[in-house]
Amino acid sequence: MKSLTRIVLHRLFLGLLTLFVVSVVIFTAVNMLPGDFAQAILGQGATPEAVASIRRDLGLDQPPVIRYFQWLAGVIQGDLGRSFAQANFTSFTGTTSGQSSVMGQIAPRFANTMFLAGVTAAIAVPVSLALGILAALYRNSVFDRVVNIATLSSISSPEFFLAYILILFLAVLNPLLPSLSNIYSDMGLGERLERTLLPALTLTLVVTAHMMRMTRAAIINLLASPYIEMARLKGLSPMRVILRHALPNALAPIINVIALNLAYLITGVVVVEVVFVYPGIGQLFVDSVKNRDIPVVQACCLIFAAAYILLNLMADLMSILSNPRLRHPR
Amino acid sequence: MIVLTGLAATIAGLLLAAWVFRFFGRMSGRPAFRDMGMTSAFGWMLAVFLLFWAVRLYFFVDGAVFFRWAVQGFILFAVMAFLFRLLGRYLGTAATKRLFRAMPLTASFGILTILLYAVVAIFAGSIAPHGQEEIFARVNILPGGNPEFGGDPAFPLGTDQIGRDLLSRLIFGAQNTVGIAFATTLLAFLLGGTLGFLAATLGGWLDQLLSRMVDVLMAIPSLIFALLLMTIASAWAGSEQGLLTLYMIFIIALIDSTRVYRLARAVGGNIVVMDYIEAAKLRGEGMGYLIFREILPNAMAPLLAEFGLRFCFVFLTIASLSFLGVGIQPPLADWGTMVRDLSQFINFAAFSPLTAALPLMAAGAIALLTVAVSFTVDWMLHRSSGLKE
Repeated sequence: MKSLTRIVLHRLFLGLLTLFVVSVVIFTAVNMLPGDFAQAILGQGATPEAVASIRRDLGLDQPPVIRYFQWLAGVIQGDLGRSFAQANFTSFTGTTSGQSSVMGQIAPRFANTMFLAGVTAAIAVPVSLALGILAALYRNSVFDRVVNIATLSSISSPEFFLAYILILFLAVLNPLLPSLSNIYSDMGLGERLERTLLPALTLTLVVTAHMMRMTRAAIINLLASPYIEMARLKGLSPMRVILRHALPNALAPIINVIALNLAYLITGVVVVEVVFVYPGIGQLFVDSVKNRDIPVVQACCLIFAAAYILLNLMADLMSILSNPRLRHPR
Repeated sequence: MIVLTGLAATIAGLLLAAWVFRFFGRMSGRPAFRDMGMTSAFGWMLAVFLLFWAVRLYFFVDGAVFFRWAVQGFILFAVMAFLFRLLGRYLGTAATKRLFRAMPLTASFGILTILLYAVVAIFAGSIAPHGQEEIFARVNILPGGNPEFGGDPAFPLGTDQIGRDLLSRLIFGAQNTVGIAFATTLLAFLLGGTLGFLAATLGGWLDQLLSRMVDVLMAIPSLIFALLLMTIASAWAGSEQGLLTLYMIFIIALIDSTRVYRLARAVGGNIVVMDYIEAAKLRGEGMGYLIFREILPNAMAPLLAEFGLRFCFVFLTIASLSFLGVGIQPPLADWGTMVRDLSQFINFAAFSPLTAALPLMAAGAIALLTVAVSFTVDWMLHRSSGLKE
């Protein structure tokens, strides 16, 4: 048991270290920008005095190392800085809206994105497990081949292709679901679910294929083992052999793949959110990239990377915990 | 609600049909029916139901234009793949004949499609009726070429909002999008492969340094990292749009070279411990000879499969970036940008199916190539693993 805690702590430490280095990489990359933040905010009307005053305000006159640690300290306390686009807006109108902090912009959108990812996972995980088990059960049959071709095609297609196909058939030709997922904070759960369903279905198509293929491969890998042979010779039904004997041992790679795909969702979310105009963090990220709103880009990038690292870490830990041989290393 | 009840009723009906099917099948006394489980009986019934449904949709429903096009496209490609395989079985050397004999239809579809794309991409200049940047006086001509419905026979797919011929842009898209993706993948392989083999042969601190750097870069999701770097590149490039495309090639090549590095290092590490490498070292061969004459030929098979997969990823990343508006820049014609620009037309599907199909054509052109490459790579991997057993 003691070695287990040590392994977990070790992995957690490695994860934190990776996150730290990634934040350094992001900060360095952003600081490679030509010109500086002050000029970017002021745009055309950048007089030297105004630039200097804004530089002082934002602490840009300090060396990069100090600025990095100031940024990091802010991030840890939940302060992600001020958005350029909003700061710009404020300086023109002279009013301060509550949205000029990056945190205020990101927080509601982050919740929306998590909702989308949650709905997707709730559909995708059971469907892909069931399909994977069925494909393993009826391996090399017509069903298996059809599913194989269909999943391979849906993995290879770009997300926006699948999204527009779904829009065409489910929203335009047969008006079953809304094609624009505009979501407000004071919306009931039912309506929210209805508006989220189409983007969630698109993401499901992308993610299910991979998870299902890995589930099938993990189970089929085990089917050649002697103990499966034994179970079959006992006269158990093929379904029972797979569910009771093969599946528990295939669980480690399957959990791993599910976690990796949830991590993949994070990247897929960007394109899908743009297609459906879903007010999530991915859309904010793309908008900020186009506006060169650096603090928001930096913060979104950090959040995406953190979620990615966290899910990979979870996958790592889960596969250790579910495998006794890894739990007690010699 | 109606949809859900309909679905439940269909499933219940199919279950009943499956039971009846199996029951009567057993009366005939065939052993296949005796051992049939309820799930596979249900599966057969589902297949029959879907087939009937498809036939009904194809022949008797007027509104199902898109479905009809999809079926026709599917059949066209299936027949072409079949003929291509037949051709391959009777033409060429003994080795290629043997290759084609054991080829599944999906793989022959993949190879044929890749060849078609290559031809279109290379000869885009002579195939396309107009230039990709040529601007005509009439804007927003509808597709179809029928003057009564706002079309023009000179522009079969119509023109866009500033008067460029869409068919020509679709054809030039093959040259730009596929060409840029191919160049990016080559660059990624050159960078990642060389460094990976170098790390595998030299080992030591260089290996450690490179591997840890790659670890860090791989901890950031690739599309997110690409978007971050593109922000910076767009500030550097300023108004030079061509320069931005060039930066994009380098950025994506850098990000994807980390994945290539991993594979090259792993494959190289397995080869370096072989006796013939030892022999070459004792002969006093240099590093270049070791990497290019000894390691590279032996690592060719996995690297080639990886090249196909990597090309798919790079191609999809570039298409996604362009779709998001930060990838390949106008005036170059490119499929991702076309999908974004034309995407609003999809709402006209009920009135003018051909107009609504325009964004799908550009997106489908991307999907078709990646699907074809995936099928081919899948077959190659299957073949190489099958030969080992």
